[in-house]
Parts: sequence; structure tokens; C-alpha cells
Amino acid sequence: MNAVPLSAQVEHPTAEPLLSIQKVEKRFAKRAVLCGISLDVASGEFLTILGESGSGKTTLLRLIAGFEQLDGGEIWMGRERLDEIPAYRRQVNTVFQSYAIFPHLSVFENVAYGLRAKNAPRNEIPDRVTQALAMVKMSEFTQSAPSRLSGGQQQRVALARALVNRPRVLLLDEPLSALDANLRRQMQIELKSLQREVGITFIFVTHDQEEAMALSDRIALLRSGRLEQVAEPREIYGHPRTAYVAQFIGQTNLLRAEVRDGVATAGAIAWPAAGPSGPAMFSLRPEAIRLASGASANTSGATAIFHGHIRNQTFGGAMDSLEIDCGDSQAMRARVPSPGALSGQQQFEFNAGDVVRVREGSEI
Amino acid sequence: MYSRAYKAGVTIPPLLWVTLFLLVPYAILFCYSFWSVSSLQVVLHNWNLQNYAQLFRNPLYLTVLLRSIRIAGAVTLLALLLGYPLAYYLSFHAAKRKDLLYQLVIIPLWASYLVRGYAWKTILGSDGVLNGFLQYLHITHRPVEFFLYSPFAVILTLTHIYTPFTFLPIYASLEHVPRNLVEASHDLGASPFSTFLHVILPLSLPGILAGATFAFVLTLGDFLAPLLVGGPSGIMISNIVVSLFGAAYNWPLGAAISFCMLLLVVTLLFVTERLEKRFTIS
Repeated sequence: MNAVPLSAQVEHPTAEPLLSIQKVEKRFAKRAVLCGISLDVASGEFLTILGESGSGKTTLLRLIAGFEQLDGGEIWMGRERLDEIPAYRRQVNTVFQSYAIFPHLSVFENVAYGLRAKNAPRNEIPDRVTQALAMVKMSEFTQSAPSRLSGGQQQRVALARALVNRPRVLLLDEPLSALDANLRRQMQIELKSLQREVGITFIFVTHDQEEAMALSDRIALLRSGRLEQVAEPREIYGHPRTAYVAQFIGQTNLLRAEVRDGVATAGAIAWPAAGPSGPAMFSLRPEAIRLASGASANTSGATAIFHGHIRNQTFGGAMDSLEIDCGDSQAMRARVPSPGALSGQQQFEFNAGDVVRVREGSEI
Repeated sequence: MYSRAYKAGVTIPPLLWVTLFLLVPYAILFCYSFWSVSSLQVVLHNWNLQNYAQLFRNPLYLTVLLRSIRIAGAVTLLALLLGYPLAYYLSFHAAKRKDLLYQLVIIPLWASYLVRGYAWKTILGSDGVLNGFLQYLHITHRPVEFFLYSPFAVILTLTHIYTPFTFLPIYASLEHVPRNLVEASHDLGASPFSTFLHVILPLSLPGILAGATFAFVLTLGDFLAPLLVGGPSGIMISNIVVSLFGAAYNWPLGAAISFCMLLLVVTLLFVTERLEKRFTIS
């Protein structure tokens, strides 16, 4: 233990990663799509690659699957250099955004396809296909033609077709984006429990930050071909590293403040803040802001108070959204337990611990 | 929501056209096939089945018909063997050269059929380009006669002429194979060859059928190529029909043969269309 240099420990927090993406570069017609992506994925992990369209998240997935060639860097699976072997020899399976179910084959044959391609023992195939279809609750459609299935059902077949091969890593390319909201939520829950059940590493691509937070062990937020932050959902929400992350994951108020002597000041609002002095950017989640009852209003170090004019109030059932005009062209968004109709000047407060200093220069 | 006048306006002209220039002539042809010709070369309207009987009794007609079918089969096979790999290459691997190559396949279609037929005549003849070349290389010392005026010459010429017709529907069907299915197949562990066999080939079957039908039907009814490069041993059924309607002046027998051909082709088209529908997956 003592002999291991500290830096090595930091680089490999867990045991050997299952999948190691190292300084991966990809260009399309000279346009850089991925710029030096490095990412380790642990065995059994549910990792989400999150990003808006054009961020390169699908490209990263296609590089792991083997549908695209790297322009730089390496991808390792265990001790095997993954990017040097063709897609059909990788122990990786993909669930495609458009499902990519073979239209000329029955559901059974679709699921059996991978087993046959890899010459699985003939007598094993029916059992394994039946099991896989049972796992995604599609047993009754075994002999159906794919054209008779709904989008959600095709999705399940695609999942069974990938899982039946017992891949070491399952890649999912926005698999739920074509489903309607209800089905989507249901599939999210099923997907998560399925992943726990089979214990296979999932790499899940989505542009939906709520989906990412609901499903993932870790989220890798990609922006214009660079990793903005890789962290657990709670961490990435609670401690966004950059203004971009804070804005992309959930809603936030970005406060441009001046820090001096341990106090940050943004317009009329001031709160205690650690770190170096000078201009800085802070993120404050709307739900961290409370309506201050006059009595509890105190100016003890941990709580900051500000006044603002209610510009807009949106009823949202349990929680209302408020748009607050704090003067000096500073606007704030708050989410508070429905207080009944509010108007005019109000007093608000938040805990200094809820304000997070973020790196500037990368706003949306 | 179209008015009745509009609907009538767009449907009647083509219907009229088909009736006047297709159905009526066929009906007349059909009638002719039951008539006969007197020794004075007058068509007698005495209804009988003699023409059809003669068709099956006279070995000449059956021999030529079978030869035509063999030639059509050979041309179809060759056109598929040439057209499919070409279409496959263009669709999957040509990348930037795709449009150029596509045009190169199409351009010969702009040249007159007759010109291409004559071109083969000059290539294959005893003083032709091919013989000259072979003698120049001292591979042969005398002109090879069987190049021209043989079924071989007919097959070669028609393969050249009809391969683009086979290529086009195959290319179209390959272009419609969703590329993510190819990726899915690789993803599931199938090698490129296995992917071709189990995904690309089955999904391009409608194109293969359409292309094969084109080549077969067009060859079967062809009479110019045998006329130009076929010689006596390369005569096809259409040449017989032409001569029966012309010099031999036996329209009734010509009509009977034509009608049998029509039946053959229509049956073929019907069958292949049913098959195409079966293999086409929405």
C-alpha cells in the first residue's frame, strides 16, 4: 500500500476497469467530433453518456461498438485492445435507437441471430431465446413477425436480442427516445432492474438529463466532444463543476459574483463563500431558495437573505415556480412548496452551503 | 376530393390508349390464331386449333422456343452475376465514386440498341476486332468463326445490353437495405460474409427477382440480336414470328406462336410479382 504512489491510486480508484477509453479522438471530414475523451467504466456499472445533440455521444458509443474507426487514442476491454478488432468480434452488443430489428426474421430468429452467428450449441438456442424473451416479457410474441409489433415491443425484442449474447458491455443508444412518456418511465424502471438482475455493464446514451439521473450509477456529461464532468448523479447535481453542467443538469440560477474576504456579493445579495477572491460564478438551485418568514429571518453566517419582486408564479401542484426580479437586472428562479398566490415584494433566503462555485466561461 | 370530371379526365385517356393499342390488337391477334391460310395465301376465317397443334407437332418451333428459353436463362444468369456484384459494390463500398459509376452504368442505355448490336458484329466477326487481336497475339492463326453467328454471340450481345436493366432494380433494393441492420448483424457477431448471406441477400431478393424478370422477358422476346449476330444456329422464337408475319405470310400461325409467348411471359410476370411481394417487407 505504502509503496504505491498516490497518483496511481487516484487514477485507479477501483480495481481494473472493465472498459478503458483513453484519449479518444474522432473527426468527420476534418471536423473534430471527439477531442481526447478518457473514461474508465467499471464492471457492472450503469454509466450514462449525457449530452445534447451534436455533442458526440452517439459517436463515442459507435466507436466502442466498432462501427467507426478511431482517429486517435485507444479503447481497452480488460487486457484486450478493443479498437483493433472488428465489430463482430467484440464482446459488446448494442441496442439501437431505431431498434434495427431484422424485418425478414421472426422475433425468435431475431433473438437467436447472435447465438447462431457465434455458433452456440444448437440445442441451447431455443432455451436461451425463450429465457431472454421472458426476461423482457415478450414470451407470447416468440413467433410474431416484427412488423406486427409496436415500438415498445420492438424495443424489448432489441433488448432481448442483445442480452441473450451475455455481452460484457451493453451499449444503448437513446433506446427510449421514441417511446411516449408513460411507456418511457415504465421502461426506465424495467431497464434499471434488468441491469441489476443481469449484472452487465450498461453504457447508456441519452440527451434527457432526468432519465440520466434516474438510471445511472455515474453520468458522463459530454459537450462539443469534450467531457465536461463525470460523476454520480447526486454529485453532478449537487456539485456541478462548470456553469454548463449546472444549467444542463436540472435548472439553476447562475450568479456572477465578486468574492472578497470570504464574502461573495452579487448585486444586493451577499453570502459567505470560501475560495480565492475576485470575480466568480456560482450556481444556486431553485429549490434551495425559500420564502423567508419574517420571524426566522436572521443574518447568521449560514443563511443569506435577499428581497425580490415576484414577476411570475407558475402553479405546479406541490411546488410552485417563481420568477423573482431582484433589481440590477438580476433575476432568480425559485421552486417553493405552493404558498398560495404571491405578489409584490417578498423576502427570500437560502443556505450558503447550497451555493456552489462553478467554473466560468462555459455557459450555455 | 376530386370532381368527377377531373377523375374521368385523368383515367379515360390512358384507358382508351390501352384499349385501343393493346387490348384490341391482342384480341385481333387472338382471333387470327384460330384461322388459317389457303394455298392462295388468303386468310380463311374457319375457326380451328390447327395452328396450336402445328406448334407442338413441328419440332422446329419447339426447338427454337427451347433455345430461346435457354438463351434467356443464360443471359439472365450472366446479367445477375455481373449486375449484382456491381450493384453491391456501388451501394456499399463505392462511397464518393458512387454517382460517377452509376452514370457509367446508365450511359450505354442512351446509345441505340442497334448501334450496340452492330458494335458486337464488328467485334466478333472473322475480320473483327477480337479475331484481329487474337491473331496479333498469335493465340490463334486463323479467324475463329464461332464468335459471330452463334448462340454464344447472341448471349454475349444481349448480356451486354440487358445487364443495366438487371443492375438497376438490384441497386435500388440494395440502397433500401437499412444500414443499421448491417451494423446490427455485425454487432451480433456475424462476419461480413455471414451478414451478406443472412441480411443483405434476403432483403435484396425483390430486386433480384425484378432484375431477373427484366433480363429474361426482354431476351425471350428479342429478335434484333439473333438477326444481327445469331446466324442460323442463333435463331430465336421472335425471328420465326417475324418471318411468319412477313415473308412466309402465315399470320395465323404467327399469331398462335405470339399468343403462346404472351401467355408464357404474363404467367412469368405474375409469378415473379407474387414472389416479389412475398419477399418485400415493409
